[in-house]
Amino acid sequence: MVEQFHTLVVRVENKPGVLARVSGLFARRGFNIQSLAVAPTDNELFSRLTIVVDAESAPLDQVVKQLDKLINVVRIQELSQRDSVNRELILATVKLIEGKEDNIMRDIESFDANVLSVGEKKIMVSLSGPPEVIDEFETVLEKYGIVEVQRTGIVALATIAR
Amino acid sequence: MKTNGGKALMDSLEAQGVEIVFGLPGGAILPAYDPLLDSSIRHVLVRHEQGAGHMAEGYAHATGLPGVAIVTSGPAATNMVTPLADAMLDSVPLVCITGQVASGAIGSDAFQECDTTGITMAVTKHNFLVTDASEIPQVIHDAFYIATTGRPGPVLVDIPKDLVDANNPASHFDDYKPSGHDLPGYNPIQDPDPQEVLKAAHLILQSKRPIIYSGGGILKARAADELRELAELLDVHVITTLMNRGGFPDDHPLALGMPGMHGNYTAVTAIQQSDLLITLGARFDDRVTGKVDEFAPDAKVIHADIDPAEFNKVRSANVSIQGDVGHTIIELIKALKQLLENHERPDWSEWKSQISGWKERFPLVYDEWQEGEGLKPQYVIEQLRDNTPDDTIVASGVGQHQMWASQFWKFNHPYTWINSGGLGTMGFAVPAAIGAKAGKPDRMVWAIDGDGCFQMTNQELVTARLEKFPVKIAVLNNGYLGMVRQWQELFYDERYSEVHLQSDLPDYKKLAEAMGCVGIRVESPEEVQPAIDQANEINDRPVVIDFRTEASENVYPMVPAGKSNSDVIVHPSQGNN
Repeated sequence: MVEQFHTLVVRVENKPGVLARVSGLFARRGFNIQSLAVAPTDNELFSRLTIVVDAESAPLDQVVKQLDKLINVVRIQELSQRDSVNRELILATVKLIEGKEDNIMRDIESFDANVLSVGEKKIMVSLSGPPEVIDEFETVLEKYGIVEVQRTGIVALATIAR
Repeated sequence: MKTNGGKALMDSLEAQGVEIVFGLPGGAILPAYDPLLDSSIRHVLVRHEQGAGHMAEGYAHATGLPGVAIVTSGPAATNMVTPLADAMLDSVPLVCITGQVASGAIGSDAFQECDTTGITMAVTKHNFLVTDASEIPQVIHDAFYIATTGRPGPVLVDIPKDLVDANNPASHFDDYKPSGHDLPGYNPIQDPDPQEVLKAAHLILQSKRPIIYSGGGILKARAADELRELAELLDVHVITTLMNRGGFPDDHPLALGMPGMHGNYTAVTAIQQSDLLITLGARFDDRVTGKVDEFAPDAKVIHADIDPAEFNKVRSANVSIQGDVGHTIIELIKALKQLLENHERPDWSEWKSQISGWKERFPLVYDEWQEGEGLKPQYVIEQLRDNTPDDTIVASGVGQHQMWASQFWKFNHPYTWINSGGLGTMGFAVPAAIGAKAGKPDRMVWAIDGDGCFQMTNQELVTARLEKFPVKIAVLNNGYLGMVRQWQELFYDERYSEVHLQSDLPDYKKLAEAMGCVGIRVESPEEVQPAIDQANEINDRPVVIDFRTEASENVYPMVPAGKSNSDVIVHPSQGNN
C-alpha cells in the first residue's frame, strides 16, 4: 500500500530565510504540508526540518527534487513509517468537570501523560509519543473539553539497523 | 589591503569578467555608483528597470555570458521582478544587483524599502541579502557561479546602502579574493551516468519511429554541433522547440522546425506518431504537449536534462539522463557507434518517407495578399529574412508576430533567435534586441515586434540611440492584441473584448523620430523591401519600421488550448479533417 504521508528529514543551511524558501516552494508548487518541525542541529551551520508531506497533493519524487533545487538544502532523507521512529509532543489544557476529576486523572495515568499545571477548573497535561498515540490521547481529552491544545508536529529519525 | 563594500562590488564584477552592466541608479544604490566611475565596466543607463533586466537577458542569450543588471531598492527591485521571472522560466544566466535601505532601517517601512529577497524568492534560482560588507566578494563570486552552472538562471544580490558606502567605517574590510564556494547544497552534475546512456542507445536502435525533440537546453549547453552530429549519425529528424530555434539549422534536410501549439504540421505530427522521443534539453512544456494524456501516445521517452526535477514532471521517461546535454550527446554518440559495430542499422526508411510526405503536403502557407488588405505579416518576415545577413540576430516579443517569426524565419545559426518563451513577456523584444546588440556589436540585430508589445517597452529606444546600439525594429502593426483577437475570433464567437489598440495611435513614425530614431511607415507590399534595405543601411541610430499588417490574419497551424496535438488545425487552404 502506498502511504499517503511521507516524512522528509531535510538538512538545511542555517541561514536567514531558509524556512521561507522551503515553505514558499511548497506553497507555489501546490505541495501540502501535514506538519513541519524545525530545530538546530549539533552543528550550528545547519538546521534540521522534519516535514510530513501529503503525497496525494504531488508525487513525492517531485517534492524531493524541487526541494533539492533550493541552494540552501543540503540533504534530504525520505523516511517511511516502517523504518523510522516518529515522535510528537502534545500540550493541552482541559476542563476539570465537577465529579469527573477521578476519570480524567485515570485517563491521564493510563497514557503516562504528565500533569504540568492544575487550577480550580482546568488542568494542563503533556504527552510525547508516536503520533497515533497522541491522536488517541487527544480524542480522550476531547471528552472532557479541550480549552487549548498545541501539537509540535512530527520529528523523526531513521531506525537503527541491528 | 583595506577596501570597502562599494569598491569591492565593482572589483568583484570586474573579476568575473563583466564588461557591461545595464542599470539605473537611485537612493539606496547611490554609493555603489560612485566607484562605478573608476571601474572598467561600461554602464548602460536605461529608462525603466524592466528594460535593464531584459537587456541583460538579451545580452546573455546572444553571448552565452551572464547578463548583469544593477538597480536601486523598492520600486526598482519590483520592476525587476518580470525580467527575473522571465530568466527563471527560460533558464537565462542573470545576475541582478539591487540596492537596499541601510541595514538599520530594514523592516521599518523606510523610503523605497521592500522585501526584495522575499519578493524575488520564487523568481530566482537563488538570492542573497548581504548582511556584512566583507561578504560582498564571496557573494558575488557565488552569485555568478550559481547563475551560470547547472541549469542556468537568475540570481539576485540585495545590498544595504550602508554596506557599499565608503564613508561608513562598517563598510571597510580587508580585501580578499574568494577561492572556492561554500555551497554544501549545490553540486550540479555535468557528466551523465554511462549505464543510462547505454540504455538510451539500445532504445534508439530498437525504435521504429524515432524523433529528436530538442529544446533550449541545447543552446544553454552550447551543444548545437553535438546535436547535429547525433542527428547525422542516426539520420533522424530533429524538432527544435521555440527555445531551440537556431539550435539545429533550418536549412538542414533533417530539420523539422517548431512543434507545439503553433508548430508546423510535420513537427507536431511526427512527435505525435513517434515511438521514441529522444528528448534533449526540453521540458514537455504545455505549449508543446497540448493535452498531456494524448501527447505522443505510442512513444517511449528518453529524457536528457541538467535538471532532474524535469524528469517525470509532465511525462514519465523510460530512460532519464541527468547531466549537461552536450556531454550526454557526446557519450550517446560514442555508445551508439560502439553498438552499431555489431548491430544492424535499423531501417527507418518508411518512417522517414512518411515524414517527407507530411512536409510536402503541409508546408507553412498563408493566403496571397489581396488589394485593399493590410500587409501579410508572414510576407514581411520573409522579406526581412531574405534581405538580411544569414547570421542576423532576431529578437521578438510575445504573440502572433513571435509565432510567425519562429515559423517563417530560417534560423541556420545558434544564438540568432531571442525570445521570451516560458513567461511570455510582452515587451521583451526592444530591450532584448538592445542587449543582444551590446553583446554582439558586429552583428545585425532586428527586433520583430507587435504593436501591443512595442508600446510596453519602446522607451528604451532612447537608451539605444544615446548608447549607440543601432538596432532595427519591425513593428508588425495590426492595431490589435493579435493573439488574443485570434482566440476571441475562434473560441469566443468573434466577440472581441478589449483587443483593439488602433494602428494610428501612437504615430509610430513620429514616436521613433521623437526618440532620435529613424521612423519609416510601410503600407503596401512593394514598399517592404526598399524599407528594409533603407533600414539596413543605417548604422548610427535605431530604425523603427511601422509595417501596417492585416488585422484579420491568424496564426496557423494551431492546436487549441487543452486539445490533443492530433487535433491540429492547419491553414484553411490545406483542409481539415
